[in-house]
Amino acid sequence: MKDESIKKVLILGSGALKIGEAGEFDYSGSQALKALREEGVSTVLINPNIATVQTSEGVADQIYFLPVQPYFVERVIAKERPDGILLSFGGQTALNCGVELDRTGVLKKYGVRVLGTPVKAIMNTEDRELFVERLDEINVKTIKSEACENIQQARAAAKTLGYPVIVRAAYALGGLGSGFADNEEELNTLCEKAFSFSPQVLVEKSLKGWKEIEYEVVRDRYDNCITVCNMENFDPLGIHTGESIVIAPSQTLTNSEYHKLRALSIKIVRHIGIVGECNVQYAFDPQSEDYRVIEVNARLSRSSACK
Amino acid sequence: MMGYPESLTDPSYAGQLLTMTFPLVGNYGVPPFTIEKNGIPTFMESDRIYASAIIVSDYTEEYSHWNGVESLASWLKREHVPGITGIDTRELTKVLREHGVMMGKILFDDEPDNIPEADYEGVNFVDLVSTKEIIHYNEGAGKKAILVDCGVKANIIRSLINRGVEVIRVPWNYDYTGMQYDGLFLANGPGDPDVCNDAVEVIRKQMNMSKKPICGICMGNQLLSKAAGATIYKLKYGHRGHNQPVRMVGTEKCYITSQNHGYAVDATTLGTDWKELFVNMNDGSNEGICHKENPWFTSQFHPEACSGPVDTDFMFDKFVETLK
Repeated sequence: MKDESIKKVLILGSGALKIGEAGEFDYSGSQALKALREEGVSTVLINPNIATVQTSEGVADQIYFLPVQPYFVERVIAKERPDGILLSFGGQTALNCGVELDRTGVLKKYGVRVLGTPVKAIMNTEDRELFVERLDEINVKTIKSEACENIQQARAAAKTLGYPVIVRAAYALGGLGSGFADNEEELNTLCEKAFSFSPQVLVEKSLKGWKEIEYEVVRDRYDNCITVCNMENFDPLGIHTGESIVIAPSQTLTNSEYHKLRALSIKIVRHIGIVGECNVQYAFDPQSEDYRVIEVNARLSRSSACK
Repeated sequence: MMGYPESLTDPSYAGQLLTMTFPLVGNYGVPPFTIEKNGIPTFMESDRIYASAIIVSDYTEEYSHWNGVESLASWLKREHVPGITGIDTRELTKVLREHGVMMGKILFDDEPDNIPEADYEGVNFVDLVSTKEIIHYNEGAGKKAILVDCGVKANIIRSLINRGVEVIRVPWNYDYTGMQYDGLFLANGPGDPDVCNDAVEVIRKQMNMSKKPICGICMGNQLLSKAAGATIYKLKYGHRGHNQPVRMVGTEKCYITSQNHGYAVDATTLGTDWKELFVNMNDGSNEGICHKENPWFTSQFHPEACSGPVDTDFMFDKFVETLK
């Protein structure tokens, strides 16, 4: 059912091509622009990268070759006065930018509706603490991590959890500033780097050697869910997806394992309230049906390109 | 990909050569064929392989899985079921899609004449696979459901007993109308529903006697539809696989379902007391019916999954809710 109050929509584009921000966002953004055009909705695109398909002539009605940053986006909003904004077609940068625009009240000020996944759901997936809380509410297992704001806290956390541990920088792109530490010395080096990107690092127990499985889920506004596919990383957990091979569909899961994780993905996506595409990542024990949810991305992932 | 242990032991595949479109099969081997205390297999869907053969494109000789105890090939050998690999099963599927389901044989090059012709049309496969005696599960649990076994999958029984229902499994043509029970469950089964008129007569008798809840799955949907006066036709392209979309009629609710059926209910022939509950979104064919007043409802697809997605297991919740 078409919402006739939406006449003009702003899309945050893919930006520069780098890990976590690659060509799939150009593709998904282009598809979104085409779909909007088919529905007779006028489109505005912000994307600083001229070497993309979506910035070609005739894809969007109006293009701004500007950085996907709150400062510039606000100016475009003020000039174009779109009715709606789409945040989930521009990768991590667009999600972060959307959260910021919402937090500073820009969207409210100009009366721009977020279409698709609401900002609250994005925050639930991006903030580790909120994420674990949400999943605890539905008894879904996550990797429990300790949020640390300085290196002393990180050392203490690693000691309690026991080495090896994994260190992640919060709100990071493509695993930037993340890594494994087998001892305190390695932890120090990692944390030094991580704290230069992020005010917060997360220390958690390493699940090295577990299978890494992902599901691509699409949910519509009527709460219907499909899993477009699942994927299995060729390498186990511990080797970053960006340096590995991903295979769709999974090749080593039984029916019971596949559908256990599929049903879980749908349960998670419904609970968080995603509307549109998203990606659920699991660590899966190769010796039982035990699992941990690694993360949920309120956007498609690098692996989504597989489908 | 996955689901071959469940599908091979699904009695609905009796008399059929199972063709897998996913190329790699056998990766995770076969789980142990253990039976639980209540008589239900732990991982399989029945007591043995029911498919006549399995046809795969690329068989994986070496399996790897924590719960695998033997390879697919050794299991097939143990149960004397033929399997063939190296077939372009996607091409074969295209032929089957174009010409419809057909008879087939697996032959050895040097012994082309040693496989006899098989009969399919008119064979009552339901009678071949149904239980011959009455079996009780979960005795004394509370609400009692009669389960009409047309070739029931173990996960239907699991789904009912896990919801605290006592299950009385009876042969497909058994007259249960004189027994004490709270609801009737019509199970899945192989072949042509038109050879199962005995079962339809008993269902009709039951519907005339009381308004007790009735739920049907697959063959059960077809039998209840026949009892309701509808006719059944053979689909040119049967519905097979784990990704069949259905819509609940009159709603925006869609589900991805597991299906395996070659016959469908002609919804236009349903009586005025009945309406369509689900339709298939690929070809618009009927996927379930319900009575306008009584708690009688069905699905053509498999809410019990095994193998396949579990989106529709609410069908069991609904059935158990209606048992009063």
